[in-house]
Amino acid sequence: MTDSPIALPPYAQALDMTIVDEIDGVPVIGMPFADRVQGRPGYLHGGAISGLLEIAAIAAVHRALQAKGSDSAIKQVNVTVDFMRGGLSQMTFAVGEVTRLGRTMANVEARAWQDDRDKPIAMGHMHYLIKAKREDAA
Amino acid sequence: MAFGKPDLGSIVPKGTEFDPALVNKMMGKFGHGGFLDMEYVGHGADWVELAIDWREDLVADPDTGILASAVIISLMDNATSMSIWTKLGEFRPQVTMDLRIDYLRPSPSGERVYGRGICYHLTNSIGFVRGFAHNGNPDEPLAHASGTFIRIGDRIS
Repeated sequence: MTDSPIALPPYAQALDMTIVDEIDGVPVIGMPFADRVQGRPGYLHGGAISGLLEIAAIAAVHRALQAKGSDSAIKQVNVTVDFMRGGLSQMTFAVGEVTRLGRTMANVEARAWQDDRDKPIAMGHMHYLIKAKREDAA
Repeated sequence: MAFGKPDLGSIVPKGTEFDPALVNKMMGKFGHGGFLDMEYVGHGADWVELAIDWREDLVADPDTGILASAVIISLMDNATSMSIWTKLGEFRPQVTMDLRIDYLRPSPSGERVYGRGICYHLTNSIGFVRGFAHNGNPDEPLAHASGTFIRIGDRIS
C-alpha cells in the first residue's frame, strides 16, 4: 500500500476482518466465516454482512479523504442495506466506492460478495458527514 | 454443517404460540446474536425489545468508545425479525430484504443499547417493520430503523 495503513476498528478485528486486497487503490475487506458471524444455521447474519459493508465503506472514505490530503473525521448519518443472496459459510469480501466526496458529506456504495464480485450478496448505501479535524470538533 | 444449531422451526413447532423470550435463547445466544450477547427485554402484540451491553470489542472508534454502527443493525435486524413472528403468533422462515438505519446520535461508551422492533404490516409474503434504538429511555432514541422481510417458505437460500 502506498498510503498509510488503515487500522481496522476493534469491532472489525473482533470479527476477524482484514484488508485482503485493493481494487483501484481502495481496500478490499475480507471476513472469514465463523460461528460469531452466523445467523440461521449455515448462513451469515445480516448484521455481520452489514458490518463488513460498513468497514469497507469507511475504509473507502478514509482513502478518498487521504487522497485529497484531508485529515477530517467522519460521522455516519445513515445506512441502507439490500440483502440479495444468502451469505454462505465461506470467505466474504467487500469494497466501498465513494460516489461523491463533498466538503460536508460523502455518498458511498459498498458491495459484498463471495465467489463472484458480479453476484453481490448485499449492497450498502451510506451517507457520512465530513467533520473538521477531531480536536476542533464540538 | 460445522456450526449447525437446531433450526428455529424445531423449537417453535407449528401451532405453538410464538414466544420471543424463548426464541431469543437461541437467536441471542448462538452465532452472531451470541457474539453480541443479545438479551430479551420485553414484547407486546407487535413489538419485541432486545438489548446489547457495551463492550470494548464492539467499538467503532477506540478514542470515543462509540459502538460500531453494525451492532445497531444486528440488534434492529433481530428485534424487527422477531416482531413479525410475534405479530403473526408463529414462526415462519424469512430473510431480511432491506434495512435502513438513521443515526440520530452515537451510542456512547459504556451504555447498554436497546432495540425495539415493530411489525406495522404483514402480508402473506412481506413483513413491514420499523423500530428504534435507545440507551434506556425510549423517548430519547439514538437511531430509527425501517425495513422489509420476505417469507421464504421451505426454501432456505
